[in-house]
Amino acid sequence: MTELGTVASLVGSNELTLLPEWIELQKKSGTLQTGRITEAELTTQSRNFLHLLRDGLAKGGNDAANGAYAPVREVLSDLSKSRAMQGFAPGETATFVFSLKQPLFNALNRDKALSPAQVAELTWSVTTLLDQLGLYTLEVFVKSREEVVHRQQREIAELSTPVVKLWDGILALPLIGTLDSQRTQVVMENLLQTIVDVEAEIAIIDITGVPTVDTLTAQHLLKTVAAARLMGADCIISGIRPQIAQTMVHLGVELNVVSKASLADALAVALRRTGRAVVKIKSGDAERASRAGQQGA
Amino acid sequence: MDRIPILKFGDALLVTIQVDMHDRLATALEEDLTGRIVTHNAKGVLIDISALEIVDSFIGRMLDNIAAVSRILDADTVVVGMRPAVAITLVELGLSLSGVKTALNVERGMDLIQRQREEPEAADDDDQD
Repeated sequence: MTELGTVASLVGSNELTLLPEWIELQKKSGTLQTGRITEAELTTQSRNFLHLLRDGLAKGGNDAANGAYAPVREVLSDLSKSRAMQGFAPGETATFVFSLKQPLFNALNRDKALSPAQVAELTWSVTTLLDQLGLYTLEVFVKSREEVVHRQQREIAELSTPVVKLWDGILALPLIGTLDSQRTQVVMENLLQTIVDVEAEIAIIDITGVPTVDTLTAQHLLKTVAAARLMGADCIISGIRPQIAQTMVHLGVELNVVSKASLADALAVALRRTGRAVVKIKSGDAERASRAGQQGA
Repeated sequence: MDRIPILKFGDALLVTIQVDMHDRLATALEEDLTGRIVTHNAKGVLIDISALEIVDSFIGRMLDNIAAVSRILDADTVVVGMRPAVAITLVELGLSLSGVKTALNVERGMDLIQRQREEPEAADDDDQD
């Protein structure tokens, strides 16, 4: 325990040589190359870390889990998180801690008061400690990257399920991407809520953008249709591509709902069911109507 | 024991469930409704569950039963105003209430019953479309 106290005082007294040497090494490993952080930032981070490490070394021994290293761990976790956001590679992030080894060992070697045996022993203690801190940095890094991935997944799930109103009482739900249980849940909730909000009678689920339909996806679709029906809205499924239709038949999947080849067909059916029709007007009328539209605009 | 009021509305019966359903209440409603359909010679039953926040499989089955019984007594059952969360729950429970007709609100439900009465065949064709 107390041996590391000598390292602490060594770090304190040699800061002026240690810090530039360390930063030089970090630069050499390419930390600054991509311009994601500035040299001034790096210097501040390094100095800050060195100070906290010194305080920790004075009391904490070579166990990084010791309470004396709590501020060090905090700084490392902040640094690691910010670097994960900035897009650093895990290796680059861990280098921050690992590159401190060489300058520290050099300082130990330069100290004339220590015997070779002591130098060896201290080197070992410092190595263990820095390894633990390096691994800790990596752990935090991986964790923050996972958080980023999770957040993106959530955002994709929310972004990719818009419910659009096509007409009074007619909704469309253009689905894009693979349907898994979690996404279906979001889709279902969105659709049902919108049905309530706009008092829709018919919902068209367009699966043109769904790459594959297996039994599970079909089941998810059917659940959505069943839930919409319970709320009092009818569903039409459109945009089933030829290959998918074949696959579904081969798999024995049956969608016992109205299905149409294209969104246009589905809309036509929906309009007819709600008692509306789209009719072509005569050419003279069309010109007049477009002129009136332009004047209106 | 509390009972859920059943209102007569033209030749339809209107039931508005405003309290949390417990099993005994559900059974009582089922019995009351069956009796009233016969006494009033009702042609339609409208069950408004827009205030119902919690359903379990028992209530789901009760709705199915009411629909089946009314069909035998020549009345259509329409469940209206189901909340999204309730719909999801019922689907997850595997109860799709296939014998029950549904509508978004009481107004639409009434329309549905009347349409079915006026042109039952045309309405059936429409369903198969």
